[in-house]
Amino acid sequence: MMEWRWDFTFEILPRMLWATGNTLLAAGVGYLIAVVVGLVLMLGQRTPSRIINVLVREAVEFIRSTPLLVQLFFVFFVAPQFGIKLSAWNSAMLTIGLHFGTYLSEVYRGALEGVPKGQWEACRALNFSTAYTYRRVVLPQAFPIALPGMGNYLVGIFKETPLLATIGVAELMHTANALGAETYRYLEPYTMVGFIFLIISLPTAMGLRRLEAAVSRAQGNTHL
Amino acid sequence: MDTIHPQKIAQGGPLVRFADVTKSYGDLTVLDRLNLDIEQNEMVSIIGPSGSGKTTVLRVLMTLETINDGVIYVDGEPLTHMPKGTGLEFASEKYLRDRRSKIGMVFQQFNLFPHMTALQNCVEAPMKVLGLSRDQAEDRALDLLKLVGMEEKKDHHPSRLSGGQQQRVAIARALAMRPKVMLLDEVTSALDPEVIGEVLNVIRSLNSEHSLTMIMVTHQMGFAREISDRVCFFYEGKIAEQGTPDQLFDDPQNERTKQFLHAVLDAN
Ligand SMILES: Nc1ncnc2c1ncn2[C@@H]1O[C@H](COP(=O)(O)OP(=O)(O)OP(=O)(O)O)[C@@H](O)[C@H]1O
Ligand SMILES: [Mg+2]
Repeated sequence: MMEWRWDFTFEILPRMLWATGNTLLAAGVGYLIAVVVGLVLMLGQRTPSRIINVLVREAVEFIRSTPLLVQLFFVFFVAPQFGIKLSAWNSAMLTIGLHFGTYLSEVYRGALEGVPKGQWEACRALNFSTAYTYRRVVLPQAFPIALPGMGNYLVGIFKETPLLATIGVAELMHTANALGAETYRYLEPYTMVGFIFLIISLPTAMGLRRLEAAVSRAQGNTHL
Repeated sequence: MDTIHPQKIAQGGPLVRFADVTKSYGDLTVLDRLNLDIEQNEMVSIIGPSGSGKTTVLRVLMTLETINDGVIYVDGEPLTHMPKGTGLEFASEKYLRDRRSKIGMVFQQFNLFPHMTALQNCVEAPMKVLGLSRDQAEDRALDLLKLVGMEEKKDHHPSRLSGGQQQRVAIARALAMRPKVMLLDEVTSALDPEVIGEVLNVIRSLNSEHSLTMIMVTHQMGFAREISDRVCFFYEGKIAEQGTPDQLFDDPQNERTKQFLHAVLDAN
């Protein structure tokens, strides 16, 4: 039975914290890319051209039905054989952005569809332009609907970052693996990884729920 | 479309004219070569069985739906079409945007903007579409909220208003655009019985004191009879019969009208 060693814990703490920074950076940047990619993919399914809509729709379906890890390996190990060479970080950001972008595009789509048809008709009856209809009426109502899904994927991306260890991104899991290999102690590094994920995920999820309630209140919903 | 030629509507002619208007969804013809003129300051009620095309008449006039054939004229010029050479072609979005504000619509489900207060709901379009300053738009909105008896609730969001109150705000919102014709589609159908009266009172005053041109689809025969200059009975996308309320309700000529009136009056 292995004993927990506090001195070892504190010894590896700086490296673990540095790795935590990388994990947060990967999740944050990956999420920002996914948010934008999701928007593009959602709009790509609502163009006037039916062909484009179907192609984007199929691409989204394809990405959604293959595992993130496979996509990651494909971009990092296979793509170079076709002349597309990306660093581990770039591969990671591209894959996370695309993979979760497809999920976010579905969140946006659902949110837009959640705005009642009557709202569009009222805008047209009041002779609003399409741009103004989106900006002032549709998006403000779609946003609270999208918020829970968007929050879930923020936490979701964060929790998927350990996969990036497999291609050598120096995030938490990768650092814990390295420490284990160097010191033959695994208890502290992996326990710390789990603990760090917990103390970041939980407050984030709570904060998101508060944000949802605040946004809903600001929109005049008194029943929440 | 090349069979259509612009019809001149003389000055003082009808404010709204449906000329042989046909609207279909796939194989289903909802409006069947409809002809209907609405005069300035006229109050016209549309009654008829479910599915006869009553809502569709209002929706195509509001340009929420396009028509398949015929032309709708508003205020002396074509609305659904625009001049091209000696004939007409379907109106572009820009052409419609320059004219749509002449028409206002109140919906069965109110369709207020839930994230805006009653006042904001009424201020938005006059500012953005008509180009009024905020002060001008607010003055106008407050006058109208007063007219519909909602000035005290001007800062409330729709979720804090009863159905009847929401519908009165929706009427004020449509009026704020100063439309030449107001379309009302079963505006009391979604309301609890006890608040129907307050909405009907607002419509009454718009009719008697402000002599607004209105087209009203309604199932409330008593109200239609009391307030209308003319009642149109719709059947299968056509006007089967029309006349003054007295003519239509007391002395209907068409079998369909008789059956319909029997059915609804018996139900009450
Ligand atoms: N978007 C649509 N697609 C297909 N059919 C439609 C559509 N909108 C309306 N219809 C059909 O057109 C017909 C006329 O509809 P409309 O709403 O004008 O009837 P209505 O007279 O207002 O009836 P109600 O009294 O029930 O409101 C109906 O048969 C309806 O099912
Ligand atoms: Mg209807």
